[in-house]
Amino acid sequence: MKHEMTNKEYGEYVKKKTPNSTILKNCVKAFLIGGLICAIGEGFITLYKAIGLDEESAATFESITLIFLGALLTGLDIYPKIAKHAGAGTVVPITGFANSVVSPALEAKTEGMVLGTGAKIFTIAGPVILYGALASWIAGLIYWVTSMI
Amino acid sequence: MSRIGRQTIKIERPVYIRESAAIVGVKEGEGPLRDSFDVVLTDDTLGESTWEKSESKLQKKAVFTALDKAGLAQKDIDYVLAGDLLNQCIGAHYCMRDMDIPFLGLYGACSTMTESLSIGAMLIGGGFADNVLCATSSHFCTAEKQFRTPLEYGGQRPPAAQWTVTGSGCAALSSEKGIAAITHVTSGKVIDKGISDLTNMGAAMAPAAIDTLIAHFKETGFKPSDYDLILTGDLGHIGSDILIDLMGREGYNLRNIHNDCGKMIFDGEKQDTHAGGSGCGCCASVLCGHIMGEFKKGNLNKILVMATGALMNPMIVQQGESIPCIAHAVTIEREAK
Repeated sequence: MKHEMTNKEYGEYVKKKTPNSTILKNCVKAFLIGGLICAIGEGFITLYKAIGLDEESAATFESITLIFLGALLTGLDIYPKIAKHAGAGTVVPITGFANSVVSPALEAKTEGMVLGTGAKIFTIAGPVILYGALASWIAGLIYWVTSMI
Repeated sequence: MSRIGRQTIKIERPVYIRESAAIVGVKEGEGPLRDSFDVVLTDDTLGESTWEKSESKLQKKAVFTALDKAGLAQKDIDYVLAGDLLNQCIGAHYCMRDMDIPFLGLYGACSTMTESLSIGAMLIGGGFADNVLCATSSHFCTAEKQFRTPLEYGGQRPPAAQWTVTGSGCAALSSEKGIAAITHVTSGKVIDKGISDLTNMGAAMAPAAIDTLIAHFKETGFKPSDYDLILTGDLGHIGSDILIDLMGREGYNLRNIHNDCGKMIFDGEKQDTHAGGSGCGCCASVLCGHIMGEFKKGNLNKILVMATGALMNPMIVQQGESIPCIAHAVTIEREAK
C-alpha cells in the first residue's frame, strides 16, 4: 500500500470517522426517566406509610416493589425498550439491578435450571455484588478504626 | 484453473452459481430488500425451543430451498461447505447431521459466504466436484447471546454498533450453466490494525477489505470501473466510508460502484440498526437473494463480492487483544470466460 498507516494512526483515523453518542440528549433522557423511576419509588413509600407502615418498613417494601416491577418488565421485554432511551437512567436504579439479574437468568434457561439459569444468573450483576460487598467491608473497617480513635 | 498471483486464482473450468436461496427473519423482511428473499419468516424461533436450534433450522431451510430451486437432490451434491458464527459452528453442524452429503465445515466469521464460494469454485474448477453447496447463516438471538448481552438486558447500543442479521443463504455451485459464473477468487490474509472496540466492527474489518481489494486489482489487472458493483459483506456505514476513503488515497475510486450488504438490508433510519447489518447471514442473504435476482433480471454483468470477517471472540478481546480480520473476494460474471 502506498499510504500504509501505523496502527496508532489508523486508531486515530477511526476515532475521527466514528460518530459519538449524543451525550447531552442521552444525559437529559437518563435524568428524566431515571428521575421518574425514583419518583415512582417515592410514591410507593408515601403509599405504604399511608397504610400504616413505619419509615423503614415502607422503604423496604418500596425496594421490593421496584425490584418486582423491574423483573416483570424485563420478562415482558418492556424494560430493554425503555433502557434503549434511558441508558444510565434505567441501569442505576434498583430496577436496573433486577434487569441485570433476570435477563441472563431468562436467556440461560434453555441450558437447564442448574448449569443454565443457576450458573449464569449473576454474570452481569456478579461484579456489582462482589465489589459492593468488598466496598462495604472496607467502609466497615474504616468506620471501626475511626470509632476506636 | 490457474494461479495468477499470490492471492488470486483464475477459474478456467466454468463454475456457475446454478441457483441460490435466501431466507431471512422478521426484521430483515421489513427492510428495503424484502421482495428479494425466497422466504421471510413470520417467527424467528422457527418453532424451535432454543435459538441455536432455530438457527440450524434456518440454515437447513436455505439448503433445501436451494436444492429445490436447482432441481437437484442430495445425492447429486459432491460437497456441502458451510459455517456460521456459533462456537464449534453448531449452526452448520446440527443442520448437516440431517443431511447425506460430504461436508466441510468452515469458519471465517462474517466472511464465510465468500470463503465457501472460493473453496467451492476451486473444488469444481479443479475438477474435484460437479455440484457443491455453499451455505452460511447467522441469527440475531444466538449472536447476541454468544457475543454480547442477554436479549432482555437493558443497555444502549453505541452509534457504530451493527445489527446481526437473522438470515441464511445457500448457493448451489455447478459445472453446468446457471445464473452467473465465478471467474476469479482472491483469498485474504489476516489483517489486524489494532482496533479492539467490539462495537465498531466495520472499522476493524475495513483494512482487511482494503488489503484483499488491492491484491485483487493488482493480480487480475482489473480496475474498479470493470465492475458493475463492488459489494462488501458487512462493513456497514462506517466501514464502507473508511473503505471508499482509503481506497481513494491508494488511487482506486470506488465511489458509485461500491455498496455493502449491511447497508442494503436494513433501513437504518426506520429500523434503528445504527451502522447497519452484520453476520454471516447478511452477505449470504443479500447475495443469494437480491444480487442473484439482479443477475437474473439482467441488471448486473460483473461484480466483485467480498465478505469480511472479524476473527475474534469476546474472551480474547477482554484479555487485551485487538481484532484480527479477513476478507475473501470472488468475481461473479454473467458468462464464464
